Amino acid sequence: MRPILMKGHERPLTFLKYNREGDLLFSCAKDHTPTVWFADNGERLGTYRGHNGAVWCCDVSRDSMRLITGSADQTVKLWNVQTGAQLYSFNFDSPARAVDFSVGDKLAVITTDPFMGLPSTIQVKRIAKDPSEQTGDSVLTITGPQGRINRAVWGPLNKTIISGGEDAVLRIWDSETGQLLKESNNETGHQKTITSLSKSADGSHFLSGSLDKSAKLWDIRTLTLIKTYVTERPVNAVAISPLLDHVVIGGGQDASHVTTTDRRAGKFEAKFFHKILQEEIGGVKGHFGPINALAFNPDGRSFSSGGEDGYVRLHHFDPEYFNIKM
Amino acid sequence: MAEVVSMADIEATALRLGIDISSVDLDAIQIPPGEDFGIKSDDDEDLYQEDGFEMEAGFGNIIVVDNLPVVPPEKFEKLENVVRKIYSQIGVIKDGGLWMPVNPETQKTLGYCFIEYNTPQEAELAREKTNGYKLDKSHIFSVNLFDDFEKYMKVPDEWTPAEIKPYIPGENLQQWLTDEKARDQFVIRATTFTEVFWNDPRQMMPDLVYRRQYWTEAFVQWSPLGTYLATVHRQGAAVWGGATTFNRLMRYAHPQVKLIDFSPGEKYLITYSSHEPSNPRDTHRVVLNIFDVRTGKVMRDFKGNADEFTTGGSGGVSGVSWPVFRWGGGKEDKYFARIGKNVISVYETETFTLIDKKSLKVENVVDFSWSPTDPILALFVPELGGGNQPARVSLVQIPGKEELRQKNLFSVSDCKMYWQSNGEYLAVKVDRYTKTKKSTYTGFELFRIKERDIPIEVLELDNKNDKIVAFAWEPKGHRFAVIHGDNPRPDISFYSMRTAHNTGRVSKLATLKSKQANALYWSPAGRFILLAGLKGFNGQLEFYNVDELETMATGEHFMATDIEWDPTGRYVATSVTSVHEMENGFHIWSFNGKLLYRIPKDHFYQFLWRPRPPSFLTAEKEEEISKNLKKYSKKYELEDQDVSLLLSEQERKRRNMLLDEWDAWIQNCKRLHEEESELRRQLRDGEASDEEEEYEAKEVEVEEILDVKEEVVPFDLDQME
Repeated sequence: MRPILMKGHERPLTFLKYNREGDLLFSCAKDHTPTVWFADNGERLGTYRGHNGAVWCCDVSRDSMRLITGSADQTVKLWNVQTGAQLYSFNFDSPARAVDFSVGDKLAVITTDPFMGLPSTIQVKRIAKDPSEQTGDSVLTITGPQGRINRAVWGPLNKTIISGGEDAVLRIWDSETGQLLKESNNETGHQKTITSLSKSADGSHFLSGSLDKSAKLWDIRTLTLIKTYVTERPVNAVAISPLLDHVVIGGGQDASHVTTTDRRAGKFEAKFFHKILQEEIGGVKGHFGPINALAFNPDGRSFSSGGEDGYVRLHHFDPEYFNIKM
Repeated sequence: MAEVVSMADIEATALRLGIDISSVDLDAIQIPPGEDFGIKSDDDEDLYQEDGFEMEAGFGNIIVVDNLPVVPPEKFEKLENVVRKIYSQIGVIKDGGLWMPVNPETQKTLGYCFIEYNTPQEAELAREKTNGYKLDKSHIFSVNLFDDFEKYMKVPDEWTPAEIKPYIPGENLQQWLTDEKARDQFVIRATTFTEVFWNDPRQMMPDLVYRRQYWTEAFVQWSPLGTYLATVHRQGAAVWGGATTFNRLMRYAHPQVKLIDFSPGEKYLITYSSHEPSNPRDTHRVVLNIFDVRTGKVMRDFKGNADEFTTGGSGGVSGVSWPVFRWGGGKEDKYFARIGKNVISVYETETFTLIDKKSLKVENVVDFSWSPTDPILALFVPELGGGNQPARVSLVQIPGKEELRQKNLFSVSDCKMYWQSNGEYLAVKVDRYTKTKKSTYTGFELFRIKERDIPIEVLELDNKNDKIVAFAWEPKGHRFAVIHGDNPRPDISFYSMRTAHNTGRVSKLATLKSKQANALYWSPAGRFILLAGLKGFNGQLEFYNVDELETMATGEHFMATDIEWDPTGRYVATSVTSVHEMENGFHIWSFNGKLLYRIPKDHFYQFLWRPRPPSFLTAEKEEEISKNLKKYSKKYELEDQDVSLLLSEQERKRRNMLLDEWDAWIQNCKRLHEEESELRRQLRDGEASDEEEEYEAKEVEVEEILDVKEEVVPFDLDQME
């Protein structure tokens, strides 16, 4: 089917997130205003106004009531999904990069960038049921990794936190004590900045994308490398299909390195790979710049991509997609 | 390796001799070169040898001038000034680098002196230029390199017969030709690695033969018959080969070698280097060596200023047009020639001297080229005297130097010569001025070399104002292709030198209109041609059959920079080398345009097919084979089928294994997931677990009252009626 082009952002997209039911799609961009869309027809439902900088990441609670957004304006904000009202603002001393709700939505993990001599951090905040009781105290603060931490997500049963960033190392931390439990090694790990992490639907494995032109599938409990998917371009975004054994990988030559006039040169394609056989299935073209964000609808029947070009493209799969034989 | 002397031994010895070892600066001790007092260096033996050229530099820049006058002290200064004047013209003499020893008894000079230059090149030049210099009647200089003295001193006084080494059979250097699957090899260079592969189209991938890091310091090059792979290093060039792997077969010492060139029969190797002059006003110094490939012996060397080697070519100030020497006379490697000012110097390889001891005099000659098979030179002399003397193309037979054919051409701006690979035809592309002299147009002069009196035919394109983008002869054939036209999408025309009804005349076969192509690549077996659009056309490819005059396939290798057919004409390699930052790597296609496999490689520099020597089959035998092709091909088709069956079977097994592996793993995960389900429920305050089935979509209607307004509606009684 023809993709639905959603033009609501004025700057490059940074992140996409579906709610649990798959009827809403949240998008973040460098233009300060996270936006919510109907995931079926791409109609714009509303915006969340209040940030004063690029918004890097967001997450939505299981009951689709709360939205959390992390921004370069050094705040992380909680929103009422329905009304768009700001419920709380966590203030930091440096730009916030990644946010993720825990199972049960009682905790959120937030990463902050290294800034003005401050090191990058991973912080855990308690999320109050009643927004009026919300406080800004951190339950846990982890420092250590060099450079930006581009993504941090919760491990099984909220017991661990998995992080990846500019130092190209994946790390698993104990979410109670902040102790480093495991880290990826040079041999199997990524060679360059890790740009994205995406968990499988059941949370048993996750996919990491890196500027070293590869994406890798890991066991979330043991951090053993399971699969590697090699592409021709730096990877900015990854997603795992909840329905089929497919993964989708997006990226493209860094905008500043694209010198040719031909847009094919950048390879701004979302590439589908067979998750188990590691073979390329196909590609979805369309963006006029690198793909920065990818997300699967929880029903696995559609996916959306967000690009440096400011567009969100919503793709409903054709029936043939479900009959692909490998 | 000699015995190792430990520090303890040294201390013991020092104590015995009464030396306080702590007061000795070990670094200050210099051992004379060549003398090791029985203590072998622990450096790598090989490394030591490779550095040999560098080692000599210690004394390589000193010369000894003999046969100077013997003078008393009062004339010493005068003589020194004379010598200094002569030798400082050639290069910069080091501070205190001129030393004239004096006999301590008579206070007279000894009749010789030492001069030290900054570089060995200057010393070498000084020896060359002043050996035999006549200072006066009785004093003729005899100049030698200091290093040579040692060499001459070592010559034993008594002659001993040369030791005859027993014959050791060498390995078969052409083993690769006996590959059972008749595959071809290629070499690639990417990052710091150089790798040789088999092209294995059945397996749809290359098969590694040999890989080596830092194999070469600049580039690699196959010899024309594929026997050797040449590498280039700081100290010289080397060739590699062997039956099963790549061993170093020979080294050719030539410091700072820049370019190399094999003779067509790969008997000789020419190496070239250019050296910065010590005086910036001077031109670069050029050194060329001709080696015998098998023995490694220098057959002849040429040294001189860059100017002497650039005449006629388009080389710049510091470069020459390569190759300087062009080989003629086919695979026999009999002649080589170079162009000079008003001359063409032709040498023969029996004695490595000029034929008839003199060069061929041709006023104002600017270009020449050899027939690929016969000892015939084609040369081009441009217009002179503002058009009073016409331009000329002539064919000259070597070694007799008689002119076979000559053609005068008028209002010519430039000429280019293209030989057909069998030397049967020569096409000369002639750019002529229009009457106004403001623009040029192009025509072709076609020579039939093998026919009596060498008839010449003039060919003009249908639209003679068309610019010629590319021209190429069909290898071993009678056809040629031309890309012509001014618009962005040029036309391509095919011509034949002989057609069924018109054997003596050139005729057009077809013209393809507005193609995205700017380069022509004929299959080495003829018949097929790849029309390629490189650079601005982003790598458009069209595989064309000239027998049937039809397109077999079109393709694209985005950004392709280089295209090369394998020597058999079965496969084509297209590659993107590091001139582009992105897309580096190569693709292998079948002759009819089917993409077989793609290999991406970052920092990709070179792709070269290993050439094959010409076939030993006679033309009749080849004809017979192609007649009975069906019979032969059956065997290979069966093999192909077997391989593809085997492959698909292997592939199926591999996939099943992967799927099973994954299944086992994911089952385990599911189990863990279920075990944790109760814990998850707790984390969610008892809310139903995450299983999809447990929640169902309910349609809930929500009515929201946005606003309540009371309005008085006018009630018109008239309406009632």
